[in-house]
Amino acid sequence: MGGSHVVGAHAGHALEESPYRIPSKKLVMWLFIMSDAVTFAALLFAYGYLRNATPGWPRPFHFSPTVINAMIMTFVLVTSGFTMLIAMRAANLGNKAGALRWTFITAVAGIIFALLHIREWIGLIGEGLRLFQNPWGSGLFGAAFFTITGLHLSHVVGGVIALAVVAIGYQRGRYDAGHIEIWGLYWHFVDIVWMFVVPFVYLLNIAH
Amino acid sequence: MDETSRASQAAHHAPPQGFIRNYIFSLDHKIIGKQYYGLALLAVLTGMVLSWLMRIHLVWPNSPVPGLKWLAHTSAPNGVITPEYYLSLMTMHGTLMVFFVLTNAPFAAFGNYFLPIQIGAEDMAFPRFNMMSFWMTFLAFCVLMAALFVGDGPPISGWTAYPPLSAVGAVAGPGQGTGQTLWGLSIAIFCIASLLGSLNFISTTLDLRARGMTLMRMPLSTWAWFITACIALLAFAVLLPACGLLILDRLAGTSFFVPANLVVSDQIQPHSGGSPLLWQHLFWFFGHPEVYIAIVPAMGIVSHILINAMRRPMLSHKVIIYSLMSLGFLSYMVWGHHMFVSGMNPLSSLMFSFPTLVITIPSTILTLIWIGSLYGCKLRITSASLFALGFVSLFVSGGVSGFFLAQPSIDVLLHATYFVVGHFHLVMGVAAIFGVFAATYFWFPKMFGRMMNERLGKIHFWLTFVGAYLIFMPFHYLGMAGNVRRYSAFVNDYLQPLLPVHRFITIAALATGAAQIIFLYNLIHSRFRGEPAPQNPWEATSLEWTVPSPPPWDNFAGKIPVVYHDPYQYGVKGATGDYVMQDSPQKIPTVPEEGRR
Repeated sequence: MGGSHVVGAHAGHALEESPYRIPSKKLVMWLFIMSDAVTFAALLFAYGYLRNATPGWPRPFHFSPTVINAMIMTFVLVTSGFTMLIAMRAANLGNKAGALRWTFITAVAGIIFALLHIREWIGLIGEGLRLFQNPWGSGLFGAAFFTITGLHLSHVVGGVIALAVVAIGYQRGRYDAGHIEIWGLYWHFVDIVWMFVVPFVYLLNIAH
Repeated sequence: MDETSRASQAAHHAPPQGFIRNYIFSLDHKIIGKQYYGLALLAVLTGMVLSWLMRIHLVWPNSPVPGLKWLAHTSAPNGVITPEYYLSLMTMHGTLMVFFVLTNAPFAAFGNYFLPIQIGAEDMAFPRFNMMSFWMTFLAFCVLMAALFVGDGPPISGWTAYPPLSAVGAVAGPGQGTGQTLWGLSIAIFCIASLLGSLNFISTTLDLRARGMTLMRMPLSTWAWFITACIALLAFAVLLPACGLLILDRLAGTSFFVPANLVVSDQIQPHSGGSPLLWQHLFWFFGHPEVYIAIVPAMGIVSHILINAMRRPMLSHKVIIYSLMSLGFLSYMVWGHHMFVSGMNPLSSLMFSFPTLVITIPSTILTLIWIGSLYGCKLRITSASLFALGFVSLFVSGGVSGFFLAQPSIDVLLHATYFVVGHFHLVMGVAAIFGVFAATYFWFPKMFGRMMNERLGKIHFWLTFVGAYLIFMPFHYLGMAGNVRRYSAFVNDYLQPLLPVHRFITIAALATGAAQIIFLYNLIHSRFRGEPAPQNPWEATSLEWTVPSPPPWDNFAGKIPVVYHDPYQYGVKGATGDYVMQDSPQKIPTVPEEGRR
C-alpha cells in the first residue's frame, strides 16, 4: 500500500475496496478545493460583472513594472509547484530528508511570492490606489484588485504556514507522506487560481 | 486498512471523561446532533415569538404589546411596535428561521445524529471539525442575537439584505448601522460552519460505510443528507464572499453593491459604480439551493418514515434518489426566478423560467411516488406518520403555486405580494418543519431512550396541520387581492378591506403557536417521564434500530455491523414479523417488488 494511503479516518469496513476510494483527509481536501474554487469564481464573477458594467474601466498597468513583476511572481509560484511535486514524490518513496527539504523550499518560494506581492501592493498604494478610489477612474478597480489578489495572497500565506506545520510534524513522525500530498494538492490549487488571476486582473488591465 | 490509523481512531473514540468533554465540547456526533437540535429549538421559539409580534402589529398597530417595552425600549417605545421595528422583526424572523432552523434542524441535527449510525459508522469522519462546526454555528447565533439588542436598532433589510440600503450604513436609517454589520458577520460565520459540516457529511458517507453498505443500500434519509451536504458545500461558498463584499461596502467604503449618485436620507452617497443586482445574483445563487438544503432532508426523512409506516418499500427506491439528485443539481440553475422584478434583462427571466419549470418535474415525480406508494397500503397511524403525511400535503399545496410563480408574466404581478409569502412558507417553511416534527416523533425513542406520548402527538399534529393551512392559505388570497408584502400596517390605505383576513390570520397564528406548547410539554415530559423505549419500537429495518436506545458512545459497542440487505425489507414473506433488518444474515426469497404489494 502506497504512502499516500495511510492517512485519515480508516475506510476499512466497506464490502470491497472501491477503485475510486481515497482516504478521508484527501477527500476532504478535494471537497474544500471545490468549495474554495466556487468562492474564487464568485469573486471573479463579481469583478467581471462590474467591469463590464463600468464604462471607461481603468487600465493602469504597464509592462514595467507590473507585468514584469507578475511574470516573476508567476515563475516563482509555478516553480514552487514543481518543488512541491518533488517533495510529494520523495515523501511517497519514503525519502524523509528529501521530502522535508523540498517542502521547505516550496514554503520559501511561497514567502518570496508573498513578499513580491506585498511590494507590488505598497508600490500601487504609493501611486494612490485604494480600496475605494484611485487616480485612474472607477474606484471599483481598487476594490476588485485588492479583494481578489488579497484573498489569493491570504491563501498563499495560509499555505506557507500549513506547509511549515506539516513539514515539522512530518519530521517528528506526527504526520505522514499522505499529509504532504494533501497540502501539495492545496498548493497546486492556489497555483491554479493564480493562473486565473493573472489574465483577468493583470493582463486585461494593461494600458494601451 | 492499516493498524495505526485504526488505533488513532479508536483513541479519539475513547469514552469521554468529565462533563465538559461529554456534553459541551463533545466530539460525539450524537451529542453534537442534540446540540444542533437544541439550538434549532431555541431559534424556532424566538422566531415564532417574533412572527407573533409582527402579526399583532399588522392588525393592532397602535396597541402596546405587554412586556415589549422592557425588551426593546428604544425600538418599541411603551411597547408599541414602530414600523422600523416591524422590519427588524421580519428580518430576524427570516434569518433565524432559514439559517438556524431550516438548515440546522432537518440537516445538521438529525443528520449528525443518524447519518453515521445508519451507515454503520462509529462517528463522523472528522469529529473535531464536527464540534467546531456546531460551536461556530452557535457563535453565529450569538452574533445575530446581539444584533437584536444593539443601540441603533436591529437590522431591517430582510433575510435577503438587499443593497443599496443594506450597504450604505447608518445613513439609511435605524437598524442599518451596527445591526446590519452584525447580520453580515453572523451569516459569514454560519457559512464557514456549514462548510465544515458539509465536508464531514460527504466524507463520512463515502468513506465510513460498514461492510456491505453499498450506496444503494443506504436509507433514503442518509441519501437526502448526503445530497444536501453536496448542495451546501457549493452554495455557502458563494454567500461567504458575498457577505465579505457587503461588509467591505459598509466598513471600508468600497462600492460593490452601491450605484453612483444614490441619494439616501437627502444625502448623496460617496459610493459609485456598483450594482445592487450583483448582490441579488450572488445571494440567490446561494439562496435557491438553500431552499433545497431545507427541504431535501425533510423529503428523505419523510420517505424513511412513510416506508416504515406503510410496511412496504416505495414504488422505486432509485427514482427517489435520482429525483433528489436532480433537485440538487437543478437548484443551481434557477436563482434568477427570485429576480424577475429586479430590473434584470427580461431575456434572462425567460432563461431562468425554463429550468424553474423543469425543476417541477423531479418534485412531481417524488410526490407521485409518495402518493402512489401510499395507495392501497395499510398505514400505521402514528404521530410520525401523520406528520409525514402532513409534509406531503403541505409540499403539494405550497408547491402548486410554484408552477405559476415560475412564469415571469405572472410573477411580475404576484412577486411583491403575500402570494409569494404564502408559497414559500407552505412549501419550504412549514413543510420542512413538518419533516422535523415527523423525525422528532420517530427518532426521539432512539435519541433519549423514552417514548413520546402518542395521544399528545396526534393532538399536536391536528392542531398544527389545520393551523398551518388556516394561516398560510389566506396569504394566497391576500396576494391575489393585491396586498403588498413587507408593509408594516394597512390602517389608512386601500388595503383596509383586507384587514379582517389579516385579523383571522393573526388569531390563527397565535393559536397554532400556542399549540406548540403541547409539543414542548411532550418533549420535556417524555424526556424524563416517558415510557422506556425498546430497541426497535417501530419494527424498522435500518441500522439505527439494531443498537440500544440510546446508543452507546461508539454506537455499536465495538461490533461494527455487516449489512446484508437493502434498507427497506418490509412485508417479507417467511420473515419473523413482516420485516428483515439490514444486518440480519437471514436469506430473503427474491420477490419482485410488485409481488409484495
